Amino acid sequence: MAKLILSMDNLVLKEIALAKERTTIGRKPHNDIQIDNLAVSGEHAVIVTILQDSFLEDLGSTNGTVVNGQPIKKHFLQNSDIIELGKYKLRYVNEAVTGQAKAADFEKTMVLRPGPVRAATPSPAPPAAAVSPVAAPVAAAAAAGAKNFGDTVAGQSATAPPVAPPKPAPAPQKNAALQLLSGANAGKELDLTKPLTTLGKPGVQVAVITRRPQGFFITHVEGASFPVVNGKTLDAQAHSLNDHDVIELAGVKMEFFLKT
Amino acid sequence: MTLSGALEVASCTDPGMVRSHNEDSIASDGDQGLVVLADGMGGYNAGEVASGMATTVIITELQQLLVKRLPYEIDAHSGQLVAHQLLHEQIAKANTSIYQAAQSQPQYAGMGTTLVVALFYDNKMTVAHIGDSRLYRLRGGELRQVTKDHSLLQEQIDSGVITPQQARQSQNKNLVTRALGIDPIVEAEIHDYDTKPEDIYLLCSDGLCDMVSDDDIGLALQTLSSNLKLCAQHLVQTANDNGGRDNISVILVRVLRDYPAPRSIVGKMMSWFK
Repeated sequence: MAKLILSMDNLVLKEIALAKERTTIGRKPHNDIQIDNLAVSGEHAVIVTILQDSFLEDLGSTNGTVVNGQPIKKHFLQNSDIIELGKYKLRYVNEAVTGQAKAADFEKTMVLRPGPVRAATPSPAPPAAAVSPVAAPVAAAAAAGAKNFGDTVAGQSATAPPVAPPKPAPAPQKNAALQLLSGANAGKELDLTKPLTTLGKPGVQVAVITRRPQGFFITHVEGASFPVVNGKTLDAQAHSLNDHDVIELAGVKMEFFLKT
Repeated sequence: MTLSGALEVASCTDPGMVRSHNEDSIASDGDQGLVVLADGMGGYNAGEVASGMATTVIITELQQLLVKRLPYEIDAHSGQLVAHQLLHEQIAKANTSIYQAAQSQPQYAGMGTTLVVALFYDNKMTVAHIGDSRLYRLRGGELRQVTKDHSLLQEQIDSGVITPQQARQSQNKNLVTRALGIDPIVEAEIHDYDTKPEDIYLLCSDGLCDMVSDDDIGLALQTLSSNLKLCAQHLVQTANDNGGRDNISVILVRVLRDYPAPRSIVGKMMSWFK
């Protein structure tokens, strides 16, 4: 569940869980988060939470609401956003984002069943239907569904080995280009900036160079003959390209090189 | 009726980089102009069971029915297009099978699946979908999402709570508002579209569109259109390179030529003798 950390002058005052659909912020005592400071309006702002997402809305406050230095009217909160109200700061922390393994669990597709379920539904309905008898608003029903779902996952992890969270894909460190060595355009350079760059003549022979986190690869696309790299003819598999490899394709020679 | 030679179909499915199971299921029959993709959900292997049941029921039943029934005709009793009637009936049948299995066997409790089906006939296609598996079309270099997800995010976008750009940042992904096998009755969204030669259609599970931007999908379809199999593999590979957090399935269909329904008596006779 997402939460807010209230602080002033870098001193943490308290943590507030965003458990409700609407969490109000203001100077008056009826607010969920009361900040007794004259710079804060009586009803200053509200945070609307829909499952894992939270939206901050300024309620026409006198001094405004600032997020990450920008005044906002309405804002979709992202993990570690800083909300400023006068001298006070509220940091938004969304654990669905911070807890990696958990995030992966939540990505499993679930069904959201809006509204009450008809009484006619046959009774012995296990987890999913256990949620339904209550005529709950959409968000509440879904939250309960998510909880049940969490149970299923827990049961599953007892038997299945836990899977490692995905590593963030490393961006290719280098840029690369092709220099034509023969043909009418000999000497010209072609930067390989796109994720896919095709080479050759459509209908005759075409190959594609893919730019991937692991580097650059050449793959045959169409035509009877396959590309030749450093004198060796490729097969249908993708071939990893190294600095200064020489490619021959549709009668044209070109050199692949990495740019610094 | 056979469409042999009118469509080229290629597909690829992969568990991704994080999951140990592949809960997606795909099936296709290019000669009958039929492609089906389902993304299952539910504990243990129930997701695979649900998606497998959906694709098997729909493809095998429709394969048999399409031998006798012509999808472009109007049904005399219901006044409906036969294509719509067949899809309605077979989706209902798949829904009932999954729902009953889920009710009767505890290990399958709560299982369900998304579904996207396309049936090609008479220079047209009928698309039926439930949940957040999608169908895209590439025509004239432009990629367009044809189906609209039945999901919380789509509802939020429609009601103006969030923008499509913000939706990509949302933590509420994968919450579908409709699925096959969850309730005794399900309503599929069914629409007809005209097709043109050179069109490319992409059916995919959310494992692709959550991991790969529409721009990159469009670029891949355009660049690799001459090698559909490679294109399907490339899309799956890109989703995996970007993290592959969910199962990834793609089916690509390219329209090679016109395929009008045989209208004249002679044409019908010819099609019987084929």
